[in-house]
Formats: sequence, structure tokens, C-alpha cells
Amino acid sequence: MLFDLLVAPFVEFEFMRRALVGAWALALSGAPLGVFLLLRRMSLTGDAMAHAILPGAAVGYLVAGLSLPAMTLGGLAAGLSVALLAGLVTRVTALREDASLAGFYLISLALGVTILSLRGSSVDLLHVLFGNVLALDEPTLLLLAGVSTLTLLALAVGYRALAMETLDPGFLASVSRLGAPAQMVFLGLVVLNLVAGFHALGTLLAVGIMILPAASARLWSADITRMTVIAAAIGLVASWVGLLASYRLSLPPGPLIILVAGLAHVASMLFGRAGGWLRRLSPRRHLEA
Amino acid sequence: MTAALRFKDLTLGYDRHPAVHHLTGEVAQGALLAVCGPNGGGKSTLLKGIVGALQPIGGSVERVSCGEREIAYLPQAADIDRSFPVNVFDLVAMGHWRSVGWFGGLSRAQRARVFEAIAAVGLEGFEDRPIGTLSGGQMQRVLFARLLLQDSPVILLDEPFNAIDQRTVTELLALVDRWRREGRTVVVVLHDFDLVRRVFPETLLLARETVAWGRTQDVLAPENLLSARRMVEAFDREAHECERAA
Repeated sequence: MLFDLLVAPFVEFEFMRRALVGAWALALSGAPLGVFLLLRRMSLTGDAMAHAILPGAAVGYLVAGLSLPAMTLGGLAAGLSVALLAGLVTRVTALREDASLAGFYLISLALGVTILSLRGSSVDLLHVLFGNVLALDEPTLLLLAGVSTLTLLALAVGYRALAMETLDPGFLASVSRLGAPAQMVFLGLVVLNLVAGFHALGTLLAVGIMILPAASARLWSADITRMTVIAAAIGLVASWVGLLASYRLSLPPGPLIILVAGLAHVASMLFGRAGGWLRRLSPRRHLEA
Repeated sequence: MTAALRFKDLTLGYDRHPAVHHLTGEVAQGALLAVCGPNGGGKSTLLKGIVGALQPIGGSVERVSCGEREIAYLPQAADIDRSFPVNVFDLVAMGHWRSVGWFGGLSRAQRARVFEAIAAVGLEGFEDRPIGTLSGGQMQRVLFARLLLQDSPVILLDEPFNAIDQRTVTELLALVDRWRREGRTVVVVLHDFDLVRRVFPETLLLARETVAWGRTQDVLAPENLLSARRMVEAFDREAHECERAA
């Protein structure tokens, strides 16, 4: 009974297994990235960069149709240039980073949708905006797994520098030249994951599997390691439950995965042990000293 | 006496407007130097120039004792994210960066030195406290503990005693004195003239230009303080290009 409910669809259908593996790969690498985006107060930056990928993917689509390499390369190029340009604009003009990012992503979104409508149908537009995790072919799956592996390895290498750069950038700059590269590599990884993610979840929702689990995890723990583990667990469960719900209800999987993560987020806001709302309602007596 | 830092006609500034103008002089190794002067007089700018956070717009800084990234520097308002989930031990342990780098674990001896440094600033038992729960004075003690671990021959402190109570100031000054006895070069930006007279043998009075530099009792003479106070704080929008010979 329970097996039928939770496991059977994945045993029965190969496309469900592929979807699960793809979504899990994204959830695993998205968790630590999301935690750092959150700690660096860059949750919205991630969102802006996800939008920035759209015109690049659209150009790839214009050139080669729904082709994995063309759209991936296009998205990667667009995402990285916006990340670089936003940093550059902050340094050479009077705009702060949030303003320059907002400017770029609005332009990107408008440009991307325009380019897509030059050629595509609205079905293709929906595919790019919201992805299709149920149609992951072999190369796409390999891309997702490869990006996830690379991300986890790179974060393992740069973890200390990145944590220090987040906590006290002035100090890291005074003892080492690693601050700026660490930041750039981190942004590069975010773009890479968003580009990989848009094949499964679409450009608009790819950032959801990073931010929602991380923001939920923060409400359960204030320790970075624990936050990362909790975020990964939430992402994995959300992918699984979301795919099942999509199968049972015949609804699109991408939005459902993010919705399940959203449910976990609402639950965390209510019940989270490290800053949830209910904890505030029932304060314990203060201590003697 | 060998120099630890040498300024040669150094001009530092923002948007071509000088904040430190044509400074020349030497800080000797093992010196305990106070930098005083009015707001906007270029004190913090000078420290930023010494650590290389600000490139000179004229002249040069020569760092004789050590490279620019080996200098221990405590900025006036450290841009530490106090909500970041890290405890006192880990923050202080950052001082070991030069020896542990990206990956290295802390050896038993290095862990012991972290505990020693925390004890030396009077925060024994605070090791596991998240930094978000510390008071301003406690946070300043933590930053001093990190400086202790950096073990640098040159230490720069920018107004380290602002909004710090008397007892904490006394205890932190004991650390400054310990650094002096260990032969380190210590440069401190300060406002409190009484404190400077009591503790610092040498003073640089800076009001964009050098007003005086030498023995504290000579430098902090009334006529010098008066001329420092006359410094015009605002930039002159119509200022001409400086023609002074280098």
C-alpha cells in the first residue's frame, strides 16, 4: 500500500526515475549554494540571475531549436556576463549591486521573452520558463549530475574562504587575495546550477530549489553545516513528493516540486525551532544569569 | 633605528581630492605611535593606505617589516556580519589563516593558542557563544584576540576604544603594551589626548598635512593643536591641481 503510494511510479516508469535523479542532483548542489546565498543576503540576487539566463537560452533556441548544448551555452554565457557586469557596474558607477542587478534582469527578461516569441510557440515558451523535468534525456541528465558533482567539489575546496568572505570580507581582504576569486567562483557556480536547473524546472523556478530549502533550514538551525544538511533533506523530499503529486494529479511537475518546498517553508516559518513563529508565541521563562 | 614603515611624499585621497597630503616620514621598528587629528584629517585613510586597501595617488608607502597582507589591521568599523552563525572560537581562529590556509585543520597547539588568546582578552568561557550575542566591548575583545593570533610584526588599530568602557580599555591597553614589549610596531588612531599622553611615546598629528610628528609632549603642544583645528574640512570644489614638487 505504502509502496504503491510512494515508490511504485518510480519502479514502473523510467521517465519518473530520470526525473527523480535529475531533481535530486539539483537539490543536492542547490542546498549549500542556497545557504550561502541566504547568509550573504543574496536570495534575490539568485532570482535576478535566474531571469538573466533567459535571453541567452532564447538565443540558443533561436539558432538551434530546443537543443541542449545551444541553450545551455547561451544561458551560461548570459548568466555569467550578467554576474560579471553587475559586479563591474557596481564598481565603476554610483549604482549599488541590487540596483544594477535589477536593471540587468528586467532587461534580460523582456529581451528573452521577445526573442523566444520571434520563433517559438507558446508551448516552447512555457518549456523554457518552467522546464520539463519529465522529459530529461540522457545528455541532460548527465549535465545535471555533472554540474552537481562539480559544485559540491568546488564548494568543498572553497568553503573556508567563502565562509570568511561572507562573515568578514574586510579581514579576508587584509590577509589574502582570495576574497574576490572566491566570490566570483561562487557566483559562477550559482549560474551553472541555474542553467542546469532550467532544463528541469525552467528559468523562473530553478532558483526555488536553492532558496526555499535554505530559507526553511535557517528556521531550524543557526549552524551552517546543519543548515546545509537540513536544506538538502528538504530539497530531496520536496523533489520526491512533488513528482509523486504531479503523477497522481496530472499537474506539471516543476511547479509542484517548488510548491512542496514552499509548504515545507511555511511549516518551518510556523514551527521552526530556531526562529519560527510558534516559538515566539510560547517564550520560556528567562534564566537567572 | 630601522624603519618598519616608510612614507615618501605620500598622498592618499578620494576622487583626486587628497585626504593625506604629501606625508613623509618613518615609523621605526618597535615604535608605539599614536595618530591624532581632527575628523577628516586623514587618519583612517593613512591606515588604509598602509595595508594597501587604498592605492596612493602620489608618492609611496614602503613596508619594510613585512608584506602588506601580513600586517594586522583592525578597521574603525569592521564590516562583520554580526548575524552570521559563527561562535567566538571560530572567529578568533580566523587569525590562524596564514598558517592553515584553505584546508588545514587546527593542530592541537593552534587550538590551544586560540583558547589562550580568548583568555588573554578576558573572555574565558565565551568560546561557544554566537557572535550575535556579544556586547560591543566583548566584540572588540574578540577582535583583539584575533589580532593576537595573527602574530604580525606590524599592528594597526583604528580608534579601537570608541564606546568601550574604562575597564576594557585598560585591559586592551595591556595587550598593546605587551605587543610593544615583544618588539612589534603598533600604530593606533586615537582621539583621547589624555590617553595618548599617558601611554604613547610618539605621536603624529595629522590634519591632511602633517602638523607635527615626534615626541608626544612636543607634538600635543597647544599651538600645534590650534593649527590642526584650523584645518578646513570640506573639499574645495574649485581646487587647482597640486603643483607641489614631489
